[in-house]
Amino acid sequence: MTRRLIEGSEAIAAGMVAAGCRFFAGYPMTPFTEVLEGMARLLPEVGGTCMNAESEIEAVGMAWGAAATGTRAATGSVGQGLSLMQESLSEICFARLPLVVINMARGQGDYFQATRGGGHGDYRHIVLAPADVSEAVRLIQLAFHLADEWRNPVLFMGDYYLAHVQEAVDTSPIDFGPVEEKPWALDGSSSGSGAAKLVSPLFPKKRNDPEASTYGDYLEVMAARFGEIGRGVEPLVETGFTEDAELVVVAYGTPGRYIRFVVSELRAQGLPIGFVRPITLWPFPTETVSRAADSAKAVAVYELNTGQMFDDVRLAVLGRCPVHFIGRLRMDHSGFGMSFDLDVEILSARLRAMLDDVRRETA
Amino acid sequence: MRSLPILLTDKSPSVPAHVVDEFTPSLILEGEHHLCPGCGEPAAMRSAVEMIDELGLTQRAIAVFGIGCYTEFSGGLDVEVLQALHGRAPSLATGVKRTKPDAIVFTVQGDGDMVNEGLQEVIHSAARGENITCVLLNNGVFGETGGHMTATTVIGQRTKNTLEGRDPAQHGYPILISDILSRLQGSAYVARGATNSAGNVSRTRRMLKKAFEVQDARLGFSFVEILTMCPTGWFIETAEAPDYLTDNLAAVHSLGVLKDVTADTAQSAG
Repeated sequence: MTRRLIEGSEAIAAGMVAAGCRFFAGYPMTPFTEVLEGMARLLPEVGGTCMNAESEIEAVGMAWGAAATGTRAATGSVGQGLSLMQESLSEICFARLPLVVINMARGQGDYFQATRGGGHGDYRHIVLAPADVSEAVRLIQLAFHLADEWRNPVLFMGDYYLAHVQEAVDTSPIDFGPVEEKPWALDGSSSGSGAAKLVSPLFPKKRNDPEASTYGDYLEVMAARFGEIGRGVEPLVETGFTEDAELVVVAYGTPGRYIRFVVSELRAQGLPIGFVRPITLWPFPTETVSRAADSAKAVAVYELNTGQMFDDVRLAVLGRCPVHFIGRLRMDHSGFGMSFDLDVEILSARLRAMLDDVRRETA
Repeated sequence: MRSLPILLTDKSPSVPAHVVDEFTPSLILEGEHHLCPGCGEPAAMRSAVEMIDELGLTQRAIAVFGIGCYTEFSGGLDVEVLQALHGRAPSLATGVKRTKPDAIVFTVQGDGDMVNEGLQEVIHSAARGENITCVLLNNGVFGETGGHMTATTVIGQRTKNTLEGRDPAQHGYPILISDILSRLQGSAYVARGATNSAGNVSRTRRMLKKAFEVQDARLGFSFVEILTMCPTGWFIETAEAPDYLTDNLAAVHSLGVLKDVTADTAQSAG
């Protein structure tokens, strides 16, 4: 194993290439830009293609076309660019194509966009949210594996810190086991055979196929399919000190890393606080949050937004104990970076105060 | 009543098109289609796939479809099809071609799809010299929604949202997309045909054949715009549509080969 000290963006790009990604399309936007730079540099070295798309709409379209040929493909942007991609992302889900989409998000305001389906229709896709660069390298590779395994797009949620922090990481390929062949992939060879392939979000089969169906029927088939994915994908989650915690704090991504550190420090001082860090945001680790809430007096949610994952935590807790929102926006002046709120002393003081409140209320 | 010139039949246009003749062209799964009688799109669609077949390119062919009446053929061709969103076909075709450079990749889009919704895609694909063929079926209206103005609707043309005819003061001027694309360095072949007469269908077939040859020779972006009849969206009698096309659409969107790098090379060599 060889570790290299590299920036998160470069590590994510290297992880994609290690996972076998051979097509990438993107449009520069901070803090996603360096991922695009990395792919523009790395892909030609391995015979891949990196397209400088004329907009995010074209970027996701190009990646959609590449995915349809069975190529491991990816695109990405920040939340704003992802907004432009949502129409296509929805259709790619209905077309059952594996694709990895990166959101190097500004703050954490894109949780709803990522998990609720920012586009039209009843669709879902897996969402992975790493907390540090080495986890990012692992999860970006897992993203390609899950996309192939479930024939569905996977969204990778990064952030400004993840893009720009340097860590010593190993970017060699990780083997997640075999994935199925891609008999549906287009290459032209089935044309004229009487059974030419069709990759479509509207209907799965050509008109002469016995399995041909209407668009209306297909929507129901796909709704059931998204249910299968939600039940079939094992939620990933990290927990700490939840067994005897009076207060459990839930946070994801880089803020989850801060919460993990602050909670560990407070534990060392004897305070009964624990944490849950969801790694898959969809499917949400509902069971884990629910179990943690069983033994706690209260649950707190820390996000750099005004309360989005808060909804999923409340749905997991289902009223068995109070759920408090303790996050903040507090962005830097550019609005691109991370919040001034990400400060160990600030968070330490807030969790202490929260624990005092909880104890007072339940006394 | 005159008979329809594109169908070799003396049966009345009042008979639905799919029962005029029992005939299934090659690479089309069913001879029947659900488009309106007098529609110019089936002849264009048939011409495109028959030229693929004639050139022996069938087993390398991948079509990328936009959204419009012609999407009828997305599930009805014996050609591999990638169904795109409205406007986005050239971007998807780019991703296909870059990962399968040996495939013959062509898009099928209407004027609403390409010139309204996806103008950016087709212009950038042409400018990149993307080695794909884009086929535009231009009837000057949104046919599928029932006859509304598009970016190619000609001045004076009546549509459901230009009831008094397209007025430049209110609605601006039509975009002549082939003219624009022919001016870009990345385009290798640009031509505009029509399906309103047997002669025009023959010329259009030659244009399509040339476009696919240009792609096969990896010379750059190739483009065939095909003016097609839409009597339903033009609110005229089916039999009047071919002449209406000549007098209105083709009077603005002029027929002919606008650019052919192979001809230019031949001339400079000669």
